[in-house]
Amino acid sequence: MTEKKIRVLVAKPGLDGHDRGAKVVARALRDAGMEVIYTGLRQTPEMIAEAALQEDVDVVGLSILSGAHMALAPRILELLKANGQDKVRVFIGGIIPDEDMPRLKEMGIAGIYGPGASTEDIIKDVREAVK
Amino acid sequence: MSLTQAVLEGNRLALARLLTQVENNSPESRVALTELFPYTGRSHLIGVTGAPGTGKSSLVNQLALYYRKNHDRKVAIIAVDPSSPFTGGAVLGDRVRMRDLSGDSGVFIRSMASRGSLGGISQTTAAIAQVFDAAGYEIIIIETVGAGQSEVDIARLAHTTLVVEAPGLGDDIQAIKAGILEIADVLVINKADHPGVENTERALRTTLELAHPTTRVFRHHGQAMTVAAPVTDSKLWIPPINRTVATEGKGITELAVSIAKHAEHLRQSGDWTARDRARLGSEMEALLQETLMARFFESIRQEKYEEVMEKVLNRDLSPYEAVKSLLNGRETGKEKS
Repeated sequence: MTEKKIRVLVAKPGLDGHDRGAKVVARALRDAGMEVIYTGLRQTPEMIAEAALQEDVDVVGLSILSGAHMALAPRILELLKANGQDKVRVFIGGIIPDEDMPRLKEMGIAGIYGPGASTEDIIKDVREAVK
Repeated sequence: MSLTQAVLEGNRLALARLLTQVENNSPESRVALTELFPYTGRSHLIGVTGAPGTGKSSLVNQLALYYRKNHDRKVAIIAVDPSSPFTGGAVLGDRVRMRDLSGDSGVFIRSMASRGSLGGISQTTAAIAQVFDAAGYEIIIIETVGAGQSEVDIARLAHTTLVVEAPGLGDDIQAIKAGILEIADVLVINKADHPGVENTERALRTTLELAHPTTRVFRHHGQAMTVAAPVTDSKLWIPPINRTVATEGKGITELAVSIAKHAEHLRQSGDWTARDRARLGSEMEALLQETLMARFFESIRQEKYEEVMEKVLNRDLSPYEAVKSLLNGRETGKEKS
């Protein structure tokens, strides 16, 4: 019997086109033995929630560098919940000002990573979150 | 309500969760597959294979769009990408090319990792297809990992197998090698707007003519002479060659016509049933092997196995003799324990 694999959706909502970070994280999670579904650039919250549903992921990783995180994150959380996926843990990477972090965490974001964050920490947190 | 019931009623979350269980080969999934089995056998399974970078995902995207717009069929897509042989992880990136399909509740895309399987699809891909079949998806498109020459498992699973080529990927000797071209029911030359498309088509056509007896016309002393095909078998299917430019949606209607003709041919020639039989046969065989192996290991003492293994390691027994001794010692081993 196959062991349960951690499935992660890595998505870039919004309009900025810088996907290097998302790709590095996707690759790191892959090397940690996870199955990473990469959706590419310029995803709407609806597209992300739909992909998360179809792929039955445990974790959604969002890469946001556009500054629109306070609009995108709650919308995605809301849609996941509406689909019955309230157990899916959502992480954000990108440029997030310190003053927004408490509010994002309050909404239910499981982890926030800025520039310089180590992939080892991300892997550890993801593994912890799906336990 | 049971998971099976929810899947049959079209609950997408239940479907997604069942697919995960099937992929993980959980005991619950076996129960569900048994319950769903009577509802299967209605879908057209279309396999899409070919080398990496030939444009399989873009083509699948366009085909799915076509079936949604022109035939209003429910479409499921199973996109397989390779697992790392070292870590078991995978990056599944086929959805990147399928964004046109999002927002349509008649489409369900599921990415799968190959999980150590070398045939171009995963071990559970057939079972995943069965779940989609029971859930009422009339067209199931299975995209294999980027396949080279021997990843031909898809032909055993799909009713219609598309082999996707692109111009500029090797000379005509590649085309006469055994393997992937032999499994094609429909050949697709994608990226047909690239230079070299004529050469690619000529190489493929020559290969097909060598493989399939066709009527030939040639000129002899100025007179056109026809040589009939050596075997006149109306049941014979000769794979058509379709040119497409998937990124622009060109040639997709014609490709869909070729696929429909192939389905028609399968039904008329009786091959549809033959393929079903072959697929279910190999599935049963695999289960039988697995069950017999499990039963064998239950019946034998671990020490006995280790003991024989040790003898093999010391070159006292050959693996053949070892198996014989294990099988002979099976009954006694059971009585003792």
